[in-house]
Amino acid sequence: MIDAIRRPLGLRQSSERFRLLTAAVAVTAPALLLGIVIVLYQEAIPAISRFGIGFLVTSNWNPVTLDFGALPFIYGTVVTSSLAIAVAVPVGVAVALFLAEHGAAGLRGAVGTGVELLAAIPSVVYGIWALYVLAPFLFSHVEVPLSSRFGFIGFLAGPPGQTSLFSASVVLAVMILPTLSAVSRDVIRAVPKGLRESSVALGATWWETNWKVILPAARSGIFGAAILALGRALGETIAVTMVIGNRPEIPPSIFSPGYTLASVIANEFTEATGQIYPAALVELGLVLIFVAFTVNLVALLLVRRTESVTR
Amino acid sequence: MPFRNHWRRYKNAVALSAVYGLTGLALIPLALVLGYTIVKGLPAAIHPDFYINVERPVGIPGAGVAHAIAGSGIMVGIASLLAIPVGVVSGVHLVEFASGRWASWVRLAADVLVGAPSIAIGVFAYVLFVAPQHHFSGLSGALALAVLMLPVVIRTTEGAIALIPGSLRESGLALGLPRWRVALQLVLPAASPGIITGALLAIARAAGETAPILFTGFGNRSWNLDPTQPMSALPLIVFHDALTPYPALQEEAWGAALVLVALVLAVNLSSRWVLHRQLRMAGQL
Repeated sequence: MIDAIRRPLGLRQSSERFRLLTAAVAVTAPALLLGIVIVLYQEAIPAISRFGIGFLVTSNWNPVTLDFGALPFIYGTVVTSSLAIAVAVPVGVAVALFLAEHGAAGLRGAVGTGVELLAAIPSVVYGIWALYVLAPFLFSHVEVPLSSRFGFIGFLAGPPGQTSLFSASVVLAVMILPTLSAVSRDVIRAVPKGLRESSVALGATWWETNWKVILPAARSGIFGAAILALGRALGETIAVTMVIGNRPEIPPSIFSPGYTLASVIANEFTEATGQIYPAALVELGLVLIFVAFTVNLVALLLVRRTESVTR
Repeated sequence: MPFRNHWRRYKNAVALSAVYGLTGLALIPLALVLGYTIVKGLPAAIHPDFYINVERPVGIPGAGVAHAIAGSGIMVGIASLLAIPVGVVSGVHLVEFASGRWASWVRLAADVLVGAPSIAIGVFAYVLFVAPQHHFSGLSGALALAVLMLPVVIRTTEGAIALIPGSLRESGLALGLPRWRVALQLVLPAASPGIITGALLAIARAAGETAPILFTGFGNRSWNLDPTQPMSALPLIVFHDALTPYPALQEEAWGAALVLVALVLAVNLSSRWVLHRQLRMAGQL
């Protein structure tokens, strides 16, 4: 609009120069994104050309014979992230419902700050806490009783270990909770006030209003929040590495040690020598980054769509 | 009908208490993590030696993490010098030229980069800087951390500027100021508390990250202020020492965790304070 008005030539030139300068700086983020993908791909080429698509579906991991397959790590990543989501979604939505409510601003402010501080705690601190406190507790109070009573169900079978897929999932659930509850709260708050008011005016209770009106209206946004949290869980490295047990196998039970894509890179990358071994690790990173980017994009689209529909 | 209403009220009460209960449950880990870190970290962190000396072999008393505190400071400092200016200018571009097709690509890239697995960023920095130089360095760690911080700074800058009322911009333009002066001398200062908040949040996040510096900064057992050499950091100490079987080192890990949490929460809470003040000032306008 403003550019359409005739202005002195110098002014227009300086405006154009400003646009170009800031654009040149703003290129950094997309360039980095492309750069990461290209650099990782190039480093992974030896492994990609040697193993082909079989890399994704075989489960050998032997640095001595140079035989590598990503399946145990893909399995560990998928199992821990999905379990974490299953644990965290009910809690996260409850927190979001609590925070989106009106009144008692002091209490809600305090709870909101508390949940956000949960996001501020470094991953490695969760790791050391999980290793020395959470995992032993889960072992003696959850894993042992469950596997001794329900061990006949395959995925609960014993013998349980102190470090396991299960402990890693619980830590992950705590770590993704802030993302889940913050995004869900925003989505719930974006639901038009009129919906809530009409429901209450019709005599619905608090629960009926939320369960039958608010949550259905916010459904796809909450789904987006869950997927966003899933993206976080997939890429989480350090805390998981410290409690998952680091064993490149596909265990039948969630109480057994496993391995994830991110944690095998963290543990083995500095020790990897030769050409194929590091390339295989980088290819794991490439798989991880592709999954994380896709998941993130889907989540963004979902959250944005809900926010624009409800607005 | 009375029965049905009782049932509805009963269901409502159950659901309400479930929501309150789950909210309480969500806060338990926060209390537990902070509590254990303080209780287990204090024995190590209470000694002045801990902040003066560097790591010592197991069995020799007086070990400290001074080199890791310095390393964290240097790496995060360099990363901030790189990421914050680039992020703020990118954010300004996103707001000023929001309609351009370019802006939507930048925004998308920032959103996707926020979710990039930090370990992959570490590998990226390793391939780009460590491998060609044939040795680990604090500088490469700083670059990895900068990649991590950049999208956070971009998006918070954009959000902070978007909150500034359009009338400010319009009055500047109406006075005949060129666009760049309006953006840099009117809008940016007005949005600065929000931008500072975002920068502080990014700094806190970078200071707590382990994965990107595992094979870039790598760690160093002795005192080192030279960023071209391998450099230690608090998260690296926690990670490596926690996994050793020596109680003395485990105690050191808890102590380092306590120092790290204290630093990160202090930065985080002060950023909240800055934001709070801005909101209060905006309320008075």
